[in-house]
Parts: sequence; C-alpha cells; structure tokens
Amino acid sequence: MKIKLDLDKCQGHGRCYSLSPDLFDSDDLGNAVLLVTGELSDDQVAQATLAANNCPEYAIEVIA
Amino acid sequence: MTMEKIPVSDFATDFDHTDPQWVADPYPIMEDLRERCPIAHSNRYGGMWVPVLHEDVSAIANDTEHFTSRTVVIGAGRPGEDAPPAPIGVAPPISSDPPFHAIARRLMLSEFAPKKINALEGFSRELCRRLIAEMGDREVIDAAVDYAQHIPVGLIAKMLGLPQEDGDLFRSFVHIILEGVDLPQEERILAFQPVEEYFIRVLEEHLQNPNDDLTTFLLEADIGGMKLEDAHVFGTMILLVVAGIDTTWSAIGSSIWHLAQNPEDLARLVDDPSLIPSAIEEFLRAYAPVTMARLVKEDFDYKGCPMKKDDWILLGFPAANRDPKFFDRADEVIIDRTENRHAAFGLGIHRCLGSNLARLEMQTALEEFIAAFPKFELADPSGVSFSQGQVRGPRVLPIRILERS
Ligand code: HEM
Ligand code: SF4
Repeated sequence: MKIKLDLDKCQGHGRCYSLSPDLFDSDDLGNAVLLVTGELSDDQVAQATLAANNCPEYAIEVIA
Repeated sequence: MTMEKIPVSDFATDFDHTDPQWVADPYPIMEDLRERCPIAHSNRYGGMWVPVLHEDVSAIANDTEHFTSRTVVIGAGRPGEDAPPAPIGVAPPISSDPPFHAIARRLMLSEFAPKKINALEGFSRELCRRLIAEMGDREVIDAAVDYAQHIPVGLIAKMLGLPQEDGDLFRSFVHIILEGVDLPQEERILAFQPVEEYFIRVLEEHLQNPNDDLTTFLLEADIGGMKLEDAHVFGTMILLVVAGIDTTWSAIGSSIWHLAQNPEDLARLVDDPSLIPSAIEEFLRAYAPVTMARLVKEDFDYKGCPMKKDDWILLGFPAANRDPKFFDRADEVIIDRTENRHAAFGLGIHRCLGSNLARLEMQTALEEFIAAFPKFELADPSGVSFSQGQVRGPRVLPIRILERS
C-alpha cells in the first residue's frame, strides 16, 4: 500500500500531520508534506488510513 | 434586536436563522429539513436558500463560479454599489473570490501556520491559568463570561500587538458587526464608526512604531512589489478580530457545556488527557459554531432550485456536520471518533485561516479547565443562553464546580 497526497485538494486543515506526524509534516504555509515514499509497513498503513479518514478535503488516499 | 419579527411557522419555506426556535435548538429543525427538502427556502432577507446536506454544503463551498463570498454575513441589505466589488471585497481574504482570494490568503498563511502558532502555547496556557486563578473559590462560575470569551481576545490582541486591556472593546466591535445584521444600513454604518476610528489609530501608531507583530507584518506586506492598499490592511485587521473571537469563544463554551452535562465524557478526559485532541474535533463537529453565507452570482438552477442573482445561500457547516448520510451516528457525541472529516472550519479555498490558532486555544483551555476542575455540572440549565446569528455558542453558562484539584 502507498499514500497518494493530492496537493490541489489540500487546503491545510492540518489533520494529517497532527494525527500521523511520522508520515506527514506541514510546509511553511500549513499545507501537507509527505514524509514517506514507496510501500508502507502495516503500522504506517494504519497511520495513513487515520489521516485519510480525517482529511475534510479528501486529499489523501491509501492505494494499492 | 430592534425589530420584532414574525415567528417562523415552517422552516422549509420561511427559514430564518435568527428565529428564537432555531437559536434555542437548531438540530431537530435541520433533521426535519434534511428529510423534507433538503434545501430550504425563504423570502426573508430578500431571498435565501439553506442547504442542510453535507454534499450540498460541500458542492456550494467549492463552487466559486456560481457563488460569491462578497458578503458572508446575511443582513437585510445587499452590499451597496459603492462597496468594494468582488473579487477583493471589504475584508480580504474572506470576502474575496478567485483569483484575488489566493493572493490575499497566501500572504497570511505563514503567519497562521502551525510553526508560528505553536509558539503561542505558553502564552495561551498562562492566560487560562490566570483566568482560573481569578475565579478564586467561587462555587458557581460563568464559563462563557469568566473564561471562554477572554481566551481568543487575549491571543488575537497578542498577535496583532494590541493592548490586552482592549478586550471588551473588541467584543463590542464583533457584536456591532455580527449581531447587528438586522439594523438598517444607515444605522449599521453609524454603529461601525468607533470600530473604524480605533483601527485607524492602531495603524497610525504601528506605522510610526513598527513592531514584531501581525499588524506591522500586514503594513509591510506587499503583493507583487506593491504595498497593500489601506482598505485591505484595515479590512483584514477587522476580519481577524471578528473571525477569531466569537468563533473560538463559542467553541470553547460549547465544549464545556457538553462536558458539564456528560460526566462520563468528562471523567474519561480527566483520566486520559491524550483524548482531548479527538474530543475537540468531535465538539467542533457536533457543535460547529460557524455558518457562512454566499451570494448567487447570476440566475442559476441548482438541483431544481431556481436561484436568483443576489439570493443568499446560508452555508450551514453545522448542518453538514450532523448529516447522517455523511457521518455514522451523526447526532451522537463520540469523543474518540476515528473518522471525522468535519467541516467546522469550512471546506475549499476559504478553509479557516485561524484553525491552528483556534485548536491551540481550545486545547489549552480544556486542558487547564479540567485539570483545575475535574468535576463540574450546569448550575442552572435553564439559565444557559446561546448567541443569535451565524456564530452559535453559549453566552451565559453558569457552571457549579463540584471538585477542585
Ligand atoms: C473554533 C473557532 C473557529 C471556527 C469554527 C471558524 C470557522 C471558520 C469557517 C467556517 C470559515 C470559512 C468561511 C467561508 O467559507 O466563507 C472561516 C474562515 C476564516 N477564519 Fe475562522 N474559525 C474559527 C476561528 C478563527 C480564528 C481564531 C481566526 C483568526 C484569528 C480565524 C480567521 C479566519 C479567516 C481569516 C478566515 C477567512 C479565510 C479565507 O477566506 O481564506 N478563524 N473560519
Ligand atoms: S488533512 Fe487534508 S487538507 Fe489538511 S493538511 Fe492534511 S492533506 Fe491537507
């Protein structure tokens, strides 16, 4: 599984980097920055799913 | 309120968000409309549409082609011909449309980004502790008046570099702007004068004595090498005061109101403060304080609703947040909800610029309150009163402290 972050949709609600700081950070404007690339570990999948489930703009997807 | 209004008999066809029934408890009305409408209409305010489903609120918030943010607070009048036109509007960026909106917003994002805001945690916590200390050993306190209202005022004054003592003044400004929606245009303009005089003085003082604060930041900011116009700086300063105070005051108040009535939730947070962040998101969802407005740009048919140019849209983020098609157990408050895409801070390009600040204030306010008062209840349930208008929260909230730590 991988994370897909769509920065066109991101409005900087900041839910992802608060909930899953190992996977996401914020840039200087408060938008999301992805900290990992490639395949996720099981634990990371759980963290990524949590972030995706709380992003109001549907900017995050966990994809196969 | 100066004018007596005719009570609403059917919210589906004669909606009014200032009706006492809506002010007292809007949630059952939203639920009824969701089943029957789901977009209510009203001839009040010159014509208004009220979506109550998440999908419609989201679609309209994201559709800047058909809807303008030129005015986001519903009043009897429309912005006059001499009001600053779209896309800039009176209070950038909230009143701005694309393409100007992105420019006005981008300018301020860094000042409200987590890195900047997190540095205010100590200040916010100190302020909360001082307010609690000032309550002494009173058995009954007013959590809205003695506590919640002071926190956002203290923080925004600190950020803008304004005296902490001016807090009462700011709240009166907010009242003039937000709650005076039904005053005739001329009276509104008159009422607005002290606000204008205050900020003109502040800007002059900052021009003479630049400081390391947001006011100086705005005065020195530029767009493509050009300083911001005075009206832009002025409008943005007022926006920050208006947008930051009643909103967060309401959010903190509603959270305490909930905990006072739900001792099991309070006990869980006292035992495990690490649940506070998810509880805050759930309080924001269930008791979302802010409803915004849009104006219809041109005649337009939205899902069979014949919208006319300059009709209002009442953009109910609180209604979206209670939509059972979008949330499981939408009417229940579940403080450890793990899937919560709530829209309390709006959706799309106008997402609340102050959301990091608001969250910091809520976090410190709740942490300090429940640390000091691990048990409390409503002292007088019928004495609680809520604000009227587009920002909803308790304005009188008598709390009996049952245990002090
Ligand atoms: C819990 C507290 C708050 C809530 C619920 C809230 C809610 C909202 C909502 C729903 C919007 C979207 C407006 C729209 O779509 O037209 C918004 C925008 C905005 N808010 Fe907040 N707000 C809060 C606190 C704050 C604070 C503390 C500040 C700053 C001091 C602030 C500043 C702004 C600004 C500047 C905008 C306009 C952003 C833009 O148009 O790009 N808000 N807020
Ligand atoms: S939660 Fe969504 S909108 Fe918010 S910062 Fe993360 S990706 Fe962006």
